[in-house]
Amino acid sequence: MTTIAIPAGMPQYDDMPRFDVERVRADFPILDREVNGHPLVYLDSANTSHKPRQVLDVLAGHYAQHNANVSRSVHTLGTEATEAYEGARAKIATFVNAPSVDEVVFTKNSTEAINLVAYAFSNASLRADADSRFRLGPGDEVVISEMEHHSNIVPWQLLCERTGATLRWFSVTENGRLDESNLDELVTERTKIVSLVHMSNILGTVNATSRITARVREVGALLLLDCSQSVPHLPVDVVDLDADFIVFTGHKMCGPTGIGVLWGRAELLAAMPPVFGGGSMIETVTMQRSTFAAPPARFEAGTPPIAEAVALGAAVDYLTGIGMRAIQWHEKEITAYALDALASVPGLRIFGPTVPVGRGGTISFALGDIHPHDVGQVLDALGVQVRVGHHCARPVCVRYGVPATTRASFYLYTTTGEIDALVRGLEQVRKVFG
Amino acid sequence: MQLDGLYQDIILDHYKHPQGRGLRDCADPQARVAEAHHVNPTCGDEVTVRVATDGSVLTDVSYDGMGCSISQASASVLHELLHGRAVADAFGVHEAFVELMSGRGQVTPDEDVLGDGVAFAGVARYPARVKCALLPWMAFKDAAARAGVGASPEVKA
Repeated sequence: MTTIAIPAGMPQYDDMPRFDVERVRADFPILDREVNGHPLVYLDSANTSHKPRQVLDVLAGHYAQHNANVSRSVHTLGTEATEAYEGARAKIATFVNAPSVDEVVFTKNSTEAINLVAYAFSNASLRADADSRFRLGPGDEVVISEMEHHSNIVPWQLLCERTGATLRWFSVTENGRLDESNLDELVTERTKIVSLVHMSNILGTVNATSRITARVREVGALLLLDCSQSVPHLPVDVVDLDADFIVFTGHKMCGPTGIGVLWGRAELLAAMPPVFGGGSMIETVTMQRSTFAAPPARFEAGTPPIAEAVALGAAVDYLTGIGMRAIQWHEKEITAYALDALASVPGLRIFGPTVPVGRGGTISFALGDIHPHDVGQVLDALGVQVRVGHHCARPVCVRYGVPATTRASFYLYTTTGEIDALVRGLEQVRKVFG
Repeated sequence: MQLDGLYQDIILDHYKHPQGRGLRDCADPQARVAEAHHVNPTCGDEVTVRVATDGSVLTDVSYDGMGCSISQASASVLHELLHGRAVADAFGVHEAFVELMSGRGQVTPDEDVLGDGVAFAGVARYPARVKCALLPWMAFKDAAARAGVGASPEVKA
């Protein structure tokens, strides 16, 4: 018998970090419930993730013990609330390896974070003395892709309408990859910002960004990455990515709704004009005019979602405790299993990469001509929760000539047993509509 | 499975064998013809309904579209119930169908009025699907209004 040793320096598969999925599942109270008389099979984490007890306890505990407004009180509760809020900011900075905690701006969600950047461009474009990197006008270009969520399309369309700039975009290949073949024609000296999805919420594709980053640097543009689907599922390091801005949202990463993050390079945030005006974002106010606080406060007008931010800090602690590499590896195994299992279903067509490489645990598919609404309804009757529709990425559906898709998406608590339940459910769908 | 209330055989039958599908031209040059295209933005379902009328009778109600079984079967039932009907009757049926779908499953449909439309009683218990069932009916209402036989007081009376 021959044994093959993996040479030193090559990936040693035994070294992959692992965790006990059943123990993780025990942290999520909702996973115990039934749906329509069946155990819950939740395959919609790309939509929103569930929350572990550790996060729910911190959320309730904040209101029960430390509730006060932040950044404006000298009293004890105010100090505790401020420390908890700023402590969460620090945890999130560490989580994405931000060089400075002041580079983390709390927003409502990714959508608000992208709009914040787009409106900063808009406001800068109205002022001759604004930093030229943020000034847009006719002849300037904004580049996105056909793979974007609507939240990374519409704000840029509106920005281009307001400023007279031109919107351009990367296409998607038949296999669900970003078509970079015309990179040099698309990203040019006219480009002011490139805003791309890191991991597609519909195709599951994880975009390799290094070639694009190099080109963006060459032409002197800025790069924003929509990391809503990547930060929850794989280690994301903003220094390594060499982006200028990234956005992500708390509710997809075991945190609560109503809290999201804009990370921006300190020097860029400092050059950006304010977007929302109000309390907390000022330096001094007279009846004639105001001066503004330094980032991140400049972009956080009004009372922020304090408890939500603190709970997002707890979510980051929870994910870090399990390990993002372990979560990434678990999802890779689940995705490989699911791709194989779905390939066994007659008439099923996957949109996006069909190999578990350069993709995450989000799989969109069509089952023959059966409409996704009907697929989702039958699956729901069996307790299997998937998303159906255009997933706020209608251009992707148009690209593949379908009005909608069915999407199964996984997370750290997803099991192979749940994939089996999905496949059994699809057999039922075929029986009803076949 | 608990889906029998939703996917009645009548609905599946209309879905698999749609009645009167396809947008038709009207031979009568005097007829008033208008259409409306409606979209369900949450799922991308689409339907176009075309109404031809001489002012008192709906001489044709034709349609085309793509979408789930509920929306497409509903369009088929709409055609079956309304084409060739007097305008006033048609709006009575329309009202009864909308009432049924808004009833959260508490409305008992009248088969004499709604025909195969009674099969949609179960759909009213699935709030996420009510919009699917109503899509062709809302498009019909718009198309009829554009053809000059909208829900005006004398039509409703």
